[in-house]
Amino acid sequence: MIKTENLNVSLPGFHLHNINLAIEEGGFFVLMGPTGAGKTVLLEAVAGLIPVKNGRIIIEGKDVAGLPSEKRGISIVYQDYALFPHLTVIDNIKYGLHFQKIDKKEADQRLNSLIHQLDLATLEKRFPANLSGGELQRVALARALMVNPRILLLDEPLSALDPRFREEIRSGLKKLHQSSKVTFFMVTHDFADALSLAEKAAVMNHGRIEQIGSVEDIFQRPCSKFVADFVGMKNLFSARFSGSKATIDNLEIELGRNPVNSHGYIAIRPEDIVLSKESFTSSMRNAFKGTVSVVFDRGFYYEVHVRVGEAIFKSLITKRSLFELKIQEGIEIYVSFKSTAIHNF
Amino acid sequence: MTKKEPFFWITISCGFVIMAFILLPLVEMMTAPSFAMLKETIKDKDVVRSIWLSIYTAGLAALISFVFGTPLAYLLARTNFRGKRLVESIIDLPIVIPHPVVGIAILSVAGRNHWVGQVASELGIRIMGSVTGIVVVLTFVGMPFYINAVKEGFETISPRLEKVSRSLGASMFSTFLRITFPLAWRSMLTGIIMCSARAISEFGAVVIVAYHPMIAPVMIYERFEAYGLKYSQPVAVWLVFICLLLFLILRVLTSPQKKET
Repeated sequence: MIKTENLNVSLPGFHLHNINLAIEEGGFFVLMGPTGAGKTVLLEAVAGLIPVKNGRIIIEGKDVAGLPSEKRGISIVYQDYALFPHLTVIDNIKYGLHFQKIDKKEADQRLNSLIHQLDLATLEKRFPANLSGGELQRVALARALMVNPRILLLDEPLSALDPRFREEIRSGLKKLHQSSKVTFFMVTHDFADALSLAEKAAVMNHGRIEQIGSVEDIFQRPCSKFVADFVGMKNLFSARFSGSKATIDNLEIELGRNPVNSHGYIAIRPEDIVLSKESFTSSMRNAFKGTVSVVFDRGFYYEVHVRVGEAIFKSLITKRSLFELKIQEGIEIYVSFKSTAIHNF
Repeated sequence: MTKKEPFFWITISCGFVIMAFILLPLVEMMTAPSFAMLKETIKDKDVVRSIWLSIYTAGLAALISFVFGTPLAYLLARTNFRGKRLVESIIDLPIVIPHPVVGIAILSVAGRNHWVGQVASELGIRIMGSVTGIVVVLTFVGMPFYINAVKEGFETISPRLEKVSRSLGASMFSTFLRITFPLAWRSMLTGIIMCSARAISEFGAVVIVAYHPMIAPVMIYERFEAYGLKYSQPVAVWLVFICLLLFLILRVLTSPQKKET
């Protein structure tokens, strides 16, 4: 178990407040948040590269918060890879061996398997200046895993690379995680990374953890306005609750359950909002008549904004539905959604 | 082809004026002495001795700057602290102070009336009129050039490289030795060349602290005063020639080898 307990970091102009994380040994944990949330600062604090104001970092039952970086057994792969420019690929990978007491046979074995697995054999003698982004990343991963760390920290490994290769790199990371048995702790600003890679995740904003739990939970049951927005709940309204009803502006919405709070938010995923020419009455408990205000072409689908009174509902539909419903700006249309699709908090 | 604006021609002509302004006097001086005169001058033991003294005292100043200046340059490049600006301005002070004032300032602590001078003389160190004094002066004026060049060099190295090195198990010292130094030594070399070039050219401060033993600039000045332009030029030519040659050799020896790709 890797834990941080009430971790506080104070940098000029930036603070991390009471960070409490728990990561399972050998797990794949993803930390999400927008740019500037403090994700990299948290990574560097865990790695011992920036000083911690107070709090504990516990790895395998021992508090390492007071140890220098080189004694923690935590490797880091930066977004810009930070390969040593004056060393060849093979010297970069073997760099950590100078400082570790590893049996030579074991080291050779690990080196060979990493080179094989990350497909680096043809690059061994090259210098980092002559490598592509993807190659740099593979070298950085090999260098980090060569010392057999207890944790591998990954700082936005997918954001600097061509989006076309994202899927490929994600699956590569997943395989690497499974074969190395090292705990992966990855930072990203893309929720899709968490969905495809991690079991557990946390969402961070303004130096605080907003929510931590299983990826499923964060996606389905966001606990704050920020998290809801971050995970793609584009329909977010502040609401007053009474009984099983929520009121946003002048619309009354059936929740099918009784919230404990009287004021709060409701959130609905855009893909859960159905557009239709006629009002549904069957299982859709909530249906409203509105006017299409904007239609955005998002490539594979369309985002349609429908104004109902003061509220604007955002819906995602396919091109085909767009044509079938003859949707264009200014026409009247019904929006409907199930009460089970509504999240309140 | 589009017609060039007048401003373009102004920039070009300014460039030519400046080139001429710098090169004309230098070329004139370098070509004035005859070959025979140059040959005769270099046979003069006093000339050889003073040029040699100039070079090795400047070299020592650069060495001292390297030893003491490198850690400070690293500190300034990597950390932010209250009063950093002040420290940087203090380092730049020797650049802006008039040269004779530097000499006078150094003498005022090296004399018998000051405890530094007293301690030094107890230890048998003489500043006034000695090689030690020359080295002290040259270090004083050359150090800022070394520190600034090396600080800039350190600043271009991403701190992340050092952080990665630490996370892979290297101590701070190993990291400096294996990562920072190999990446920064070229800027250290630039710093050494800047520092010693500045030191070799120093006259005003040295002449106050140590007229004898005579470094080359002092000798050139003395010959100019005593015998005139014609007699001082050959020494100057030799000094410039030898210095350029040394710096060139240093550059060539350390030029980047073509790395295999």
